[in-house]
Amino acid sequence: MTTTDPDTGFRALDATPMGYGSMRRKEDARFVRGKGRYLDDIVLPGMLHAAILRSPHAHARIVSIDTSAAEAHPRVRAVITGETLAGLGLAWMPTLSHDVQSVLATDKVRFQGQEVAFVVAEDRYSARDALALVDVEYDPLPAVIDAQHALDADAPVIRDDQEGRTDNHIFDWEAGDAAATDDVFARADVVSSCDMLYPRSHPAPMETCGSIASMDPVSGKLTVYTTTQAPHAHRTVYALVAGLPEHKIQIISPDIGGGFGNKVGIYPGYVCAVVGSIVTGAPVKWTEDRSENLMSTSFARDYHMRGEIAATHDGKLLGVRVTVLADHGAFNGTAQPSKMPAGLFHVFSGSYDLAAAHCAVTGVYTNKAPGGVAYACSFRITEAVYLIERLVDVLAHDQGWDPAELRRTNLLRSEQFPYTTALGWEYDSGDYPRTLATALDMAGYDELRAEQKQVRSAYERGESPMLMGIGLSFFTEAVGAGPRRTMDILGLGMADGAELRIHPTGKAVLRLSCMTQGQGHQTTFAQIVAEELGISPDDIEVVQGDTDQTPFGLGTYGSRSTPVSGAATAMVARKVRDRARIVAAAMLEVSPDDLEWEKGAFRVAGDPAAAATMNEIAMAAHSDLELPDDVEGHLDATCVYNPPNLTYPCGAYVCVVDVDTATGQVKVRRFVAVDDCGVRINPMVVEGQVHGGLADGIGMALMEVMAFDTDGNHLGASFMDYLLPTAMECPSWELGETVTPSPHHPIGAKGVGESATVGSPPAVTNAVLDAIRVRHADMPLTPAAVWRAVRGTPLRTDLAIG
Amino acid sequence: MSHHKVRISVNGVPGEDEVESRRLLVHYLRETRGLTGTHVGCDTSNCGACTVLLDGMTVKSCTVLAVAADGSEVLTVEGLADDEAMSPVQEGFRACHGLQCGYCTPGMVMAATGLLLENPAPDEAEIRAGIEGNLCRCTGYQMIVDSVRWAAENGGAGTAATTHAERASS
Repeated sequence: MTTTDPDTGFRALDATPMGYGSMRRKEDARFVRGKGRYLDDIVLPGMLHAAILRSPHAHARIVSIDTSAAEAHPRVRAVITGETLAGLGLAWMPTLSHDVQSVLATDKVRFQGQEVAFVVAEDRYSARDALALVDVEYDPLPAVIDAQHALDADAPVIRDDQEGRTDNHIFDWEAGDAAATDDVFARADVVSSCDMLYPRSHPAPMETCGSIASMDPVSGKLTVYTTTQAPHAHRTVYALVAGLPEHKIQIISPDIGGGFGNKVGIYPGYVCAVVGSIVTGAPVKWTEDRSENLMSTSFARDYHMRGEIAATHDGKLLGVRVTVLADHGAFNGTAQPSKMPAGLFHVFSGSYDLAAAHCAVTGVYTNKAPGGVAYACSFRITEAVYLIERLVDVLAHDQGWDPAELRRTNLLRSEQFPYTTALGWEYDSGDYPRTLATALDMAGYDELRAEQKQVRSAYERGESPMLMGIGLSFFTEAVGAGPRRTMDILGLGMADGAELRIHPTGKAVLRLSCMTQGQGHQTTFAQIVAEELGISPDDIEVVQGDTDQTPFGLGTYGSRSTPVSGAATAMVARKVRDRARIVAAAMLEVSPDDLEWEKGAFRVAGDPAAAATMNEIAMAAHSDLELPDDVEGHLDATCVYNPPNLTYPCGAYVCVVDVDTATGQVKVRRFVAVDDCGVRINPMVVEGQVHGGLADGIGMALMEVMAFDTDGNHLGASFMDYLLPTAMECPSWELGETVTPSPHHPIGAKGVGESATVGSPPAVTNAVLDAIRVRHADMPLTPAAVWRAVRGTPLRTDLAIG
Repeated sequence: MSHHKVRISVNGVPGEDEVESRRLLVHYLRETRGLTGTHVGCDTSNCGACTVLLDGMTVKSCTVLAVAADGSEVLTVEGLADDEAMSPVQEGFRACHGLQCGYCTPGMVMAATGLLLENPAPDEAEIRAGIEGNLCRCTGYQMIVDSVRWAAENGGAGTAATTHAERASS
């Protein structure tokens, strides 16, 4: 547990725990000194620099591309176009959703900011200079910008590269029992429905995406340093796309300056860097700038949802029905388990005991960048939680019920777990009423409602323009994808490996397939080994990101590291402990059955003086000690963990806002967040993860949006327009916890990294709408949006039209 | 493209380099001087990942030309600590978990250092206002505020920054 020094108010963290507990992060020593090693810090001998020419049009046919002036630039080494790539069969690449995506445009451009040409030059500035020397002639086409009109009969066909295609329809997908749900709605006393948009946003990691490709012409080995959350998956995709043998591809993910789902897939710039290196015979570095990152890499959300919720007169929730129009942009590139085109959206029954539920999701193409699954969404659970938590509030609004009471009386009870939802998920564990009660107590819910009444009276008497709102969200997450039988990415089952090797002197190296982007794996995974083996976390090196050095696995996203790689780590440590028991038995000349484990040592039962410590065992395992014939010696093990189920963390959030009705400005006064992620490996790190996600919630609910004008111009393509919260918009977060371990996880831990991003946007939205007593208005609730909503004319936030 | 000779002292180490007139200070620091702690996070001067002290003032080095820093003293995150001791601000960020991915950290540390040079005992509101020009995507800011408060109570801006500021004002 985190302990706070009563004199200073700061945490007391000087000791390294032998296992779980708050401890200072091992990775900080280099980062605070400026000694991290991020992609753009890397310089290879002879390295060239690349830049991408991008489309100014949302939809246009390419008439011609003239590269001669750029090629004549004295410092330019190569100009690569779609035509160059087509000659190599690389003009298009497969996406993670069974579609293809243009690497460099050949026939036409399909979104503003799309990649058209790739210039390789001797330095960063010259590469940019040369972009202006590439002459592209376009024939503009009408663009499809409003997803709600993408399927109109007269809508321009975006994907005419696909033979026989006559519309912009990507997929229809449904989950749940439609007939049973219709039946529930027919029997319901009350039904509320609501149209809501989860607008297009962007994860915007502080470090943008980039890649350095280096093809060794002698060995034929390709080394790619790149910003990837899933290095092994990248290696396999490069092998499949480029036809290179997989053992001749090494992907190295260095320190990553935040990922947030933005760095899962392969972007055209990465492929071009590889081609650039092959063409020039030199390493090629490509890094994008911020506007390129915002315009062309994976966006998040963009779900147009129509939800309905059914209940009895006395407030018993019965069912939920939803149709979704999903705007996927010009290429379907969502990153998710391949059998689930809407990700895990079908957890939208949330934390409630519903008799039936059904969803129907339709995906459409528009003239926008590809993406959809990103920004800590846990594969569309952000949208699912927003839907159900808004619907509960809409129902409460319509019926005049207290939203806290409505939730409290409908939450799943702890004795119902493991609980199978109407949509087929088996929730592992939870104590929802206690988690909610903890949050309401911390917030002082009844006092807040009393204060709110007074504030509203003053407003109604005309004494003040201010209103106060209280918003709740109770969410159930589903993280740790996932069981191989149901979840794969590109046919690769979602199991992850771990390798643990104890050196002769008792120090250890742990190699993992997951890849930290700031979540503290180098510290917390060492703590798991420490807990299992009694080796100090300070004595354990955690290796990630280098595909030549780490076991295969699918990487870090979907909060899956603790559920999958964390389980693999505990299991591999237990395998090492089993070997250590045999070695200790040989050392102590007793039967392994006579030994008792006490963290860090095996002791002979009944003779506590006879013992072997892990240090002694490690040395003995490498020595001339006689071991049983079937024991190889040394002290190491490998493990591949195939999770039996996801983990289902939950949380109860309470947001308090003050709204100035004269200006529409919202100030988040307080935010209480109670999370339950089971066993906490490092409470300090968990709290930091939650803080970051809560800031995301404020950003999405109040500030961040990628709107487009009717021509398809991107109106959120820089930090001047795409507004991220600063320290001024965020309050001091108030965190609480309950601990309900996952029964199927080896250490009882659940994922948590995305919980706050998933759970907080509806809490903020509910708070603002609670203040202004508006049934629904779409995020982001900017001053303009709030001002308009108060006056009964809500904005459509995704389009810049009147 | 015209070139200019510039003399810029970085972390007390003098340097004389020929740079293009359009070269940004952040690229000079990262690529010419090899000090890659200073980061680039945007292209519109919003994020502050490139914050350094220039003659005692916090500046966004993506918005300063290297030639404009001719004759100046620059302090970057690498200049705050020697191999053993970190500055109080660096120590505070580690003690209070004020960083995760570490990408905003050098700029945030320099902004906090500049703040503590100006105001050695800031309250929470002053700290938040003091780092308003620095975006962080990981921490939600609260532990950064704690980190700066920790530093204020445990030595302030630190020796290297104080020396740098004194040299700049003399």
